[in-house]
Amino acid sequence: MKTKRARPVRTTVTSTGRKAKSRLYILKLYVAGQSPKSVTAIANMKKLCEANLQGRYVLDVIDLYQQPQLAQGEQIIAVPTLIRKLPSPLRRIIGDMSNTERVLVGLDLRSEA
Amino acid sequence: MNKSKRKSKPPKKGESGRGNHFRPQLPKSPTGIQGLDEITGGGLPKGRPTLLCGSAGCGKTLLAMEFLVRGATQFHEPGVFMAFEETAKDLTQNVASLGFDLKDLIARKSILLDFVYVERSEIEETGEYDLEGLFIRLGEAIDSIGAKRVVLDTIESLFAGLPNPLILRAELRRLFRWLKDKGVTAIITAERGEGSLTRQGLEEYVSDCVVLLDHRVSEQTSSRRLRVVKYRGSTHGTNEYPFLIDEDGISVLPVTSLALQHIVSSERVSTGVARLDAMLGGKGYYRGSSVLISGTAGTGKSSFAAHFADAACRRGERVLYFAFEESPSQIMRNMRSIGINLQPWVNKGLLQFHAQRPSFAGLETHLVMKHKVINAFKPQAVILDPLNSFIVGNNEIGVQSMLMRLLDFLKTKQITGVFTSLISSGHTVEQSDSSISSLIDTWLLLRAFDSGGERNRGLAVLKSRGMAHSNQIREFLLTDHGVELRDVYVGASGVLTGSARLTQEAQDQAVHMLQKQEIERRQIELKRARQALEAHIAALHAEFEVKKTESLRITGQEQAQGAQLAQGRLEMGVSREEDVTAKNPMRRAK
Repeated sequence: MKTKRARPVRTTVTSTGRKAKSRLYILKLYVAGQSPKSVTAIANMKKLCEANLQGRYVLDVIDLYQQPQLAQGEQIIAVPTLIRKLPSPLRRIIGDMSNTERVLVGLDLRSEA
Repeated sequence: MNKSKRKSKPPKKGESGRGNHFRPQLPKSPTGIQGLDEITGGGLPKGRPTLLCGSAGCGKTLLAMEFLVRGATQFHEPGVFMAFEETAKDLTQNVASLGFDLKDLIARKSILLDFVYVERSEIEETGEYDLEGLFIRLGEAIDSIGAKRVVLDTIESLFAGLPNPLILRAELRRLFRWLKDKGVTAIITAERGEGSLTRQGLEEYVSDCVVLLDHRVSEQTSSRRLRVVKYRGSTHGTNEYPFLIDEDGISVLPVTSLALQHIVSSERVSTGVARLDAMLGGKGYYRGSSVLISGTAGTGKSSFAAHFADAACRRGERVLYFAFEESPSQIMRNMRSIGINLQPWVNKGLLQFHAQRPSFAGLETHLVMKHKVINAFKPQAVILDPLNSFIVGNNEIGVQSMLMRLLDFLKTKQITGVFTSLISSGHTVEQSDSSISSLIDTWLLLRAFDSGGERNRGLAVLKSRGMAHSNQIREFLLTDHGVELRDVYVGASGVLTGSARLTQEAQDQAVHMLQKQEIERRQIELKRARQALEAHIAALHAEFEVKKTESLRITGQEQAQGAQLAQGRLEMGVSREEDVTAKNPMRRAK
């Protein structure tokens, strides 16, 4: 499986983007081939991003089988792992992203209730 | 790397185990760690994971790292070190103190360091996951340098970093199986748990070989120990073995060789004291034997040891002097006072001092250090002065077993060992050292005699295996030219030494002189008697001569008278005109 790039829809970050909602999200999802967990995670993330971050996110899906050397650099152990590169601080979310609530909390899109 | 002497060791024990060519042994991967390969009969199980457990600070990481470094430098087996606790930079610095140049090995692609960073607070769990990332990462690392050895240090920290222990356990089980499939020899380190070998029960998953490290403190001194708990498919030493971490890495001591098969020498070496040699069958100690010099305080034990050291160095042999109570310069100063100068031998490199307090380390650590020093210096003689300073409190059994190991080691190397031992005056001599006496070949006893307001030193050979030794007690003096042995006086009043002996000698001399004079007097008397007797004999002779002459004269007169008488009778017959027959008596008378 090749590195898939979910259609990057970038909204220009303007100086007016002071609101949290307007920040750009750069997300990297590390998966291992076509394993059920990986497939589920990819589907879940796409859905979640479209629903919550439409137009202001970049989601890179990286297959570690194709690029194993990245595992060391990115400190990946668990698969699937989602890394929020931006906005900082760096966040790691592991699992198949089936618990939408926790993903949103992890991405700081929803305060932990 | 400063390991040239170890590097030269051929990896001969690698595959076949302890010289057993007939039975196929489990293939083994030599660790290159001193002693460990001997205990495990060749190394860790090749292509299988080994669990290395122990409490904090007992040397797990170092042992694992040495396994990799030796593998890379001695056996051409590259290795991957996956660290979960220390960063690559920290690790490199930490093991540099052991002489491992990790940077160089990493640059040459012999070793790959990977620090796995897991921070619980940064991780959000959102559903099912697995550790495929770790597998991919490890697989990539192994493949990139063609690694044959892998260390996971300490994989248990994943339990702290990842939220779901159930997933983790399942994944670890899969990991160990995967390592086996990969055919790499792996060491997995784990913390010691309460009542179990590891905190997370990893011994359930890694069951081919389990090695336990221990760091114990008793009597305020610590010692490190290693034990092979389990080694599936292979025999192994089961004891606890002391080990040492120093600037050359780890050395494990496979001690307590019970074989008793060392070859002995019949060569004799001088004790350095001529009259003591004479007491020991005229030639001194056997080479490679163990000699115990025991005595109460101040009886000159060290002086005898120094004499021996001096004599050995004179022969051009190397001597190792372990001092536990005095510093080298103190020993040398003291020995100069009895005319033994050890400094030149030190300068020449023939004599080496190692002075350390016994409390510096545990017994085992001392033992391992001695082994190391002896292996490095290769002496022909070793002196331990004194032995029993090791005995603190109730550890006599420990000391005895340590000495046994040391003596065995010395004997197999044919090194003559001279040990001194201080006897407390409360005990009888035979009792106080009985625990080690069976290990000793020649046992000299020094003791002080209290008499006439002074203390004098006496020496006796308590035993000396394999030689006709003197049964006499000798007095000895510490003179400015060394130890001098003297005969002692044994009389009705006991053994006389010191000035009592001198007095006795003077008395004897006086008596002797009197006797001599008496003899002379008697001889003169006899001579006079003989002269008198001879004079008497001469007088008698003279008297006899007189008597003899007298008697001869009388006899002559009588004969003349008789003849006259006969003549007269004849003449009378002639005158009376007797017949012819009467002529005969006349003729007879003529």
